[in-house]
Amino acid sequence: MSATENPPQSSWTVKLRERAVEALPPEKLLPDGQPTYVASWIYIFGVASIAALVCLIASGSILALKGPAWWHYTSVGHFFNSIHLWSVEIFFFVMVVHLWGKYWMAAWRGGRTRVWITGAVTFLVAVPCALTGYVSQQNFDAQWISTQAKDGLNSVGVGAFFNVTNFGQMYSYHVLLLPLAVVALVASHVLLVRRHGVVPPIDIRSRIVPAAPATPGANGHPGAATDTSATPGAAS
Amino acid sequence: MSGTAGVVLGAIFNLDHPAHVVEWHFIQLSVANLVVIALMFVVFFAALLLPFPGAQNRRKGRS
Repeated sequence: MSATENPPQSSWTVKLRERAVEALPPEKLLPDGQPTYVASWIYIFGVASIAALVCLIASGSILALKGPAWWHYTSVGHFFNSIHLWSVEIFFFVMVVHLWGKYWMAAWRGGRTRVWITGAVTFLVAVPCALTGYVSQQNFDAQWISTQAKDGLNSVGVGAFFNVTNFGQMYSYHVLLLPLAVVALVASHVLLVRRHGVVPPIDIRSRIVPAAPATPGANGHPGAATDTSATPGAAS
Repeated sequence: MSGTAGVVLGAIFNLDHPAHVVEWHFIQLSVANLVVIALMFVVFFAALLLPFPGAQNRRKGRS
């Protein structure tokens, strides 16, 4: 008998695996289908955001490999520079529509608080991730933006820690630290969605109480005429 | 973008001027950003109102 057939239950890898499988069994992690209510255009903006993020990271990786002279002075470099720009435009466009959709369907319902929080924090982290790209361009536009932004950041007292005129610092934030945070947050967001399921739409039918005849003076409550459970006269 | 396409687009969209800006009290927005925000509203309401392909069949299959 080998040691792997009876692993010690105190092993941290066993505990971690058991907790992971308990939280996200394979059929939940990679489901066969989605509920019927997901067949709506408003549900596509989350995955559209992820698709834009993939394009962003792919084009950004190529830009990082080739360097500023390539993205400023060659046709192919201009092409990938544009891909990177339009990916971020689409990323924020669809992410904002995703945010609106989830806000108006109260997507934190049903124990989905952490899903909502990770999504909201992703948006907040993605903003400086994009803005550090403006000051990492290596051109006059970047110089202009950084000298304007430094005054704003100094006015709130964070200039010593976040120096937008320091290209090395901004570039590190833009290509490593903040993208890592965004990807980690998106991954946790998606895993939480898999665990809790896609939020269902608010069912209006369950909130509509059948109309009842008016009962003058019933309880003196404005809603008494429609709240059949609270108004004995309304049942007749 | 090829030179010809650039000339054609340049003839349609004259960008050789400072950005158009809308000001309202302390709010200052470029027209380009306002157009993007308007497009987001259009896409949002279109996503709510337009039928999703195959949605009816899925609902029939469920019932």
